[in-house]
Parts: sequence; structure tokens; C-alpha cells
Amino acid sequence: MFRSLLFIPGNNPSMLQNADIFMSDGIIFDLEDAVDINEKDNARNLVETYLLTTKDLPKTIVLRINPVNSLFIEDDLQLLMTRKIDYILLPKSNMISLYVLDNTLSFLERKNNFKKIKLICLIEEAKAVNEVEEIAKHTRVEGLLLGAEDLTNELEVERTTVGNEIMYARSKVIFACAANQIIAIDTPFTDISDEEGLEYDCSNAKALGMKAKTAIHPSQLDIINQVFSPTKKMIKWAQSVVKTYEKTGKGVFQYENKMIDKPVIEKAKKIIEKAKTFDLL
Amino acid sequence: MLNGVGREIPNSLKPFVSSDDYKNNERRKISKKNKQSKTVFFSSYDEVFDSFHIDNKQTLSFHHHLRNGDLVIQEVCKVIKQKDLKELHFAPSSIFPSYTEMVELIKNKNITNIHTNYINGDVAKTISEGYLEGQLIMNTHGGRARAIESGDLSIDVAFIACPTVDKLANGSGAIGKNACGTLGYAIPDLEYAKKVVLVTDNLVEELDHYQLDGKFVDAVLVVDSIGDAEGIVSGTTQITKDPIGLKIAKDCSVLLDQLGLIKNGFSMQTGAGKTSLAVVSYVEKIMKERIITGEFGSGGITKAYVDMLESGLFNKLYDVQCFDLDAVKSFNKNSNHLAMSASTYGNPFEEDIIADKLDFVVLGATEIDLNFNVNVTTDVLGNLIGGSGGHSDIAKGADVTIVISPLIKSRIPIIKENVTTITTPGEDVDIFITERGIAINPKRKDLLEKLKNSKINIFSMEELLEKTHSMTGVPAKIKKDDRIIGHIEYRDGTVIDVLRRVHDDYIR
Amino acid sequence: MIYQAGSKESNDCLITIKESSETKIHIDSIVGHLFYDQILEAVKETLKEQNVENVDVTVEDKGALDYTIRARLIVAIKRMKKNV
Repeated sequence: MFRSLLFIPGNNPSMLQNADIFMSDGIIFDLEDAVDINEKDNARNLVETYLLTTKDLPKTIVLRINPVNSLFIEDDLQLLMTRKIDYILLPKSNMISLYVLDNTLSFLERKNNFKKIKLICLIEEAKAVNEVEEIAKHTRVEGLLLGAEDLTNELEVERTTVGNEIMYARSKVIFACAANQIIAIDTPFTDISDEEGLEYDCSNAKALGMKAKTAIHPSQLDIINQVFSPTKKMIKWAQSVVKTYEKTGKGVFQYENKMIDKPVIEKAKKIIEKAKTFDLL
Repeated sequence: MLNGVGREIPNSLKPFVSSDDYKNNERRKISKKNKQSKTVFFSSYDEVFDSFHIDNKQTLSFHHHLRNGDLVIQEVCKVIKQKDLKELHFAPSSIFPSYTEMVELIKNKNITNIHTNYINGDVAKTISEGYLEGQLIMNTHGGRARAIESGDLSIDVAFIACPTVDKLANGSGAIGKNACGTLGYAIPDLEYAKKVVLVTDNLVEELDHYQLDGKFVDAVLVVDSIGDAEGIVSGTTQITKDPIGLKIAKDCSVLLDQLGLIKNGFSMQTGAGKTSLAVVSYVEKIMKERIITGEFGSGGITKAYVDMLESGLFNKLYDVQCFDLDAVKSFNKNSNHLAMSASTYGNPFEEDIIADKLDFVVLGATEIDLNFNVNVTTDVLGNLIGGSGGHSDIAKGADVTIVISPLIKSRIPIIKENVTTITTPGEDVDIFITERGIAINPKRKDLLEKLKNSKINIFSMEELLEKTHSMTGVPAKIKKDDRIIGHIEYRDGTVIDVLRRVHDDYIR
Repeated sequence: MIYQAGSKESNDCLITIKESSETKIHIDSIVGHLFYDQILEAVKETLKEQNVENVDVTVEDKGALDYTIRARLIVAIKRMKKNV
């Protein structure tokens, strides 16, 4: 469970050696877009030695590999041998790339006796938006990450703070995730100096149903974490509801003049679980 | 003999005991200067030298308000070179990288002894490598004021760069083409030097407001230029973008908040670095959110503090030196932007000093050790790279002294078992904030108690050291040279540590 | 022919490697006074692990941690092997 994932370029030793201190719930070590084509080997080896030798690693580790049809994919997946990676982030996801990766991962799992490798799929092509429900259904897929920059390029539209241009894609990702009980992760906000814009973007995404957001600079984490955490008021409400439920044993009761039934109790439990995970209690 | 922080001090020197020990001693004061004759006006440095008979072995003092833009010390050095005066004692309040003329004078033994509070650049390198014939004595800002008023540092001639002077010899830093704001560090020199020369490039008829009283001034030297305004601005107006710095600043503000230090009527001082600026900005945010008004901010003042004064977040600013032109402007027009002298800032024997009124201060460190001793004077090899300035003064004065630093800078661990050089004693350092956790001085049980139920990650200094070494490895031992080139005087005049020449192996 | 990996950015190092009649290691580090021995050890160990002999290695170090030095050296070696 996470609210925030921070991208760190795989070939940047200064960022890497401090990956554990940022307030993100997880780190995405990037071997793809943030790494120059001539430095792919450098990035891969640096992340590998970092993962193998560092004592204090980030809570959740995501590896963004290069696309499955690239020259680098085989070497990138070798990093699974470190056994430190929680999720693979698949760029340019669609049913074909997902199928190819799934086969490769199944082979690696058998060969190396790995546990089932979990995926987050990056939805950054029009094709992927169309296939998003199928992608979300795949048993390996635990989350979808919307990639608005590539998507708006493809659509030849301008990316705006208000985000009408990605409304459809955002909603498709959110519904596909909700229907399959996986996590919907929002696209990063690219202007790192615009705090107001970031706050708006986070609130907007959250209101639509996004559960987490990616950051491209550590300074964005504060706002992201704040927006995607349950509020103090919500946590208090949830605690009271669950307490009343546990005390009375009743499945249906009134609380603050409102009818509480099973789905509401489940919602309250979820909030408490979140609050626990994010150390908010 | 060993002093109060466990450093071996030559028997000829007075050892540091503790930061409170000054209370066991009487304040010593020589009488303030009583000028005999009328102020004279000169138009060249040579005239000053001739008429005041500046000669071998004399002590000349300067202030550093013009920082890297100062031309006065450079010009005085040129005259000394030309006259080939020997064995002079220099007492500038700080030495900046632009003071390049001093280098040759040190190597040629024209300057053989130095008192200063901060030193950086080529002069620092020259002295670190052992070229100063006599000794380098490093003071604190408050300690320098004490040394001068007590006569321990006796000044023959004080050259005081002064952006505007009037015909009655009153001086102000607030206006003029090289305006630098308050002249706090020059006040002790003004009052106690045997001869005082104001050096200016802006002579006016009469000043309504002035900081330097003409009654102490023996001569005014009018020159074409005392400085280069470009070099005067120091500090930074840019908040750090470095994520480590931001993280430290954020954690610092959270801690300040949890300790209840950001409350109505509070007072604070921070450095002028980028990370300190980020701390100020986080504190400002908290103040605005909760509608809190602080009593004062102090120190070298920057735009950040000026903005807070102007938006009513602070009632007053106490300013010993303006760090940027916004501060200079504010000092000139805002009656709540007040000047303080080095003595009212940090002299331990002065009554009601600003340092003692501070609720909390946020300071930097080059090194810090398991006993919380802080080094801001040398690097790990012993090269001079700074000095206390006000560090020890406000660390002692403030109720809560916080030191912030990354644990590691380019693989170099900031925590050491023992710091290379002790500038500020650990007894005055309460909290150390790093990107990987916070250490609290065990003697501050009150702070630990307040944070008992907080989620802040508190570690012992030993744990932080271990964390560091697990990343960097254990650094090799550094070789020390036998030759003592000077010492660090604590604010009360006792010796807290000696300074050694950098070992030959480290001199390129 | 020389092969390189890494950079001279802070906390990184630039490794240059070439074939030679014997193994030579040259280290130029901004933290050499404190960490020369550890850097040398990291280089020697990595060469051994990679079964590389008779190379001339230069490390231009800007305060890299050991794993960064190892990673850069491994890449330099791989780049060399690919071309030999």
C-alpha cells in the first residue's frame, strides 16, 4: 500500500545513496527514460550493486525496466536476482508487452525459484487505455500507473494543470483498478516549482479515485503524501464506527444520524488500515 | 595540560574550563578612548601612516562588513608592502578570500601575528601551510569584543571602512555607493583603539542618523573607493533545491514545532546558507498558519528575515551585519530593524546580550563528535576553512542550540569520534539534525522528555556514527603536524583548542 | 584502446581501463587521504571477482561510495571484454 512513489534515475549515485531517506512510500529506480541510451549498462550495474550492498533500503522498491522489445530487457530483468525488488514497472504496457513479459517472468520464476513477481503497468499509449480493463485483470498486475506525458504527445494535445485532456484516460485507469481491486497511481506533475499546481493536481486526481501519485522530485512528496492520506477527521470517524461495531456486534446501526451498514464498516476498516500503514495513528 | 573539553593545551596558555566559567571572573575594561585633538582629514593612506607613525610590530584592525568587496584592507596591505614594515599584528574581524594582498605580506613576515574570527581563501591556505611566523588567534564575535575592551587585544590603529562619513566624523553604513548596512563588528575598535581612522568614499555635510560616533574618530581618510558593491552581498537568497538539505530543513521545522518553540514572542537566529534559509521558510509557514508573531530575529540579516519583519511576523530584527542589499535597504528605512554591536550581540560580560535572549538557533557544522563538540574552523586535514564567528556565542546563549548537517559530504563523515578542531563545546549543543535521524544531547533530559511520545526518529550520536560508517567505511587516521600555528580562543578568552600546521603529506 | 564508465559528478567516479603487461591501479580521489586504502581494496577485489588481470585502471573519484566504484569498474570491464 502506498500514497507516493518517487522516481530516481538509475544512473545517479547522489540520489541513489539517499533513496532511503525521502518521505515516499516507495522508490522507482528508473532504467528507462531517465537514463541515456549509452548509459543503460552503467545504470543497471549501479542499481544492482546498490541493492546488494546497502543496509537501509527504501520500504518499497519498484524497478522501471526498458520496454520488452528493447535490447536491454534481458539484462534489466537480471536485477531480479538481487531479490530486493517488490514490483517491476512495465513501460509501454499493452496486452502484447504484458504477455511477453509474463512469459519471461514465469520462466525466471521457475528457473530461480522466485516468488510470483508483481507488476505495475504504465498506461501511456492510446492502445493501452483501450485495453486497460484486460491489463488490470491480469493476475500479475497489482497496479496501474497513468503516464500522461507520452499519452498527450500521442494525442497531440497540450498537457494542462486542469487536465481535461487526460480525464478519460484517468477515469479508465481508475475504474479498471477499482473493478480489479488493484491500486490506481496517478501521473507525475512535471513542474517541480509549482506547489499550488501540484496540490490542485493531487486533489483532483484523488477526488476522481486515484489512490497514489508518482513524484519526480523529493520536494513533491510532502504535498502528495498529505493529499493521499486519510484526513484526521476521517480517521477519527473510522475509529468510532469500528469501535461501535465491535462493541455492539451489530451489523447495522446509526452513527451521527447516519445509517452504518456493512460496506460503510468495510470502508472504515480500510481507512484505519491505511492510517496504520502510513503511521498516522 | 588538558582543558575542559579534553584537549592538550600548552602550559603557557589559559585552558578552557566550561562555557559558564566566565561567571567566575570580573569584567575587565580599559577606559574608552578619549580623543585629545580635532579630527583630521586625509586623502591618502600614506598620510595616515606618516601622521600616526604606523611602524613595525604595531597592531592594525579592520572589520569585514564589505566582505569580498573590501578594498581598505587591500590598500593598507599595499602601503605596508611598499614601506616594508615588519612583524605587524593584524586584527581584522574576519578574513575573506578577496584579501589576497595579505598572502605575500605573511610570507615575507610583514604580518607575523593575526587575530580574527573567521578565515577563508588564500590567506587561510597560507597560514594552514605554516607561513605565519607568529600565531593565529581565532576569536568569536563576542569574544573579540571582550578581548578589545579588556585590553587583551590592544589596537594601535583601527582602519574602519565606512560607506558614509560626515564632516563631524560621524559614520554610517546605511547609505553611500558602498552601503553595507550596520557596522556592528567595528564598534569595539571604534571605542577602544588607540587611533581610529574612518575610511570613506562618501563624505557628506551632516548625517542625521549615524552608528559610529565621531567623538572616537581621530581621522577620516577620503578615498575614491572603499569597496566593490558586487562583493558585498554574501549569503544567498535562494532556498536550497538539494533534496537532502530540504529534508533536513523540514525535519528541523517539525522538531521546532514539537518542542513548542514556535510560539508568540519567540526569538530565533539561523545562518545564511541555503539550508538555513529553507528552515526559515518552513518556520515562516508555520507562523503564518497559526498566526504567530515572534519577538525578534537576529544575526547577519538576510532578505528572508526582512520579509518576515515587513509582514509583521517579527516585531524586531537585531542586525550585526547585513548579508544582502534588501537587508541594507531595510536597515536604512525600518526603525524596527535595529543595529547591534559585536558586544551587545555576544560579549559574555555585557549585560542583556542578544545571544542570551534567543529561544533557539540553527547552526551548521563541518564536523561534530560523540560529545557534541562542533568544528567549524578546519577541515578534517586541519586546513583552516572558517571559524566561530558568532557560532560559540549564540550556541551558549540560546535556550536550544540546533546543529544541522548532512551525515556525509562527498563520502566524508560529518560525525567523528573526536572532531579535528573544537570550535564550540558540546555542552552548548543540544540537538543534531541529519537526513538520517536526530541526536539529542543526553544532558538535555527536558528536550528528550518533551519528545517522548513524538514520532521523530531519535538516535544516539554513536548510532548515527555507525550508520555513517556503514555507508562510507571507516576513514583513515589523519596525520598531525607537530607545529602549533595558533589557537582558538573561547569567548571568555580561554583556549578551547590549538591549531596545527597541516601535515606535509596533505600539502600539494 | 581505453574503456570508460562512470562520471566526474559528485559522489561518482570515472573509471578508465586498458590492457597492459601487468596490473596497475592509479587512484586520484578527492577523499584519498581518508579512503585510499578502501578504494584500492574495492578495485582489487572487483578485478579478482571479474577474473581480470593485466589491466591498467585509473579511478578519478569524486567521493563515490564503494558500491558505486565497484559498479563503474564492472561496467568498464564489461565494455572492454565486449570489444576484445
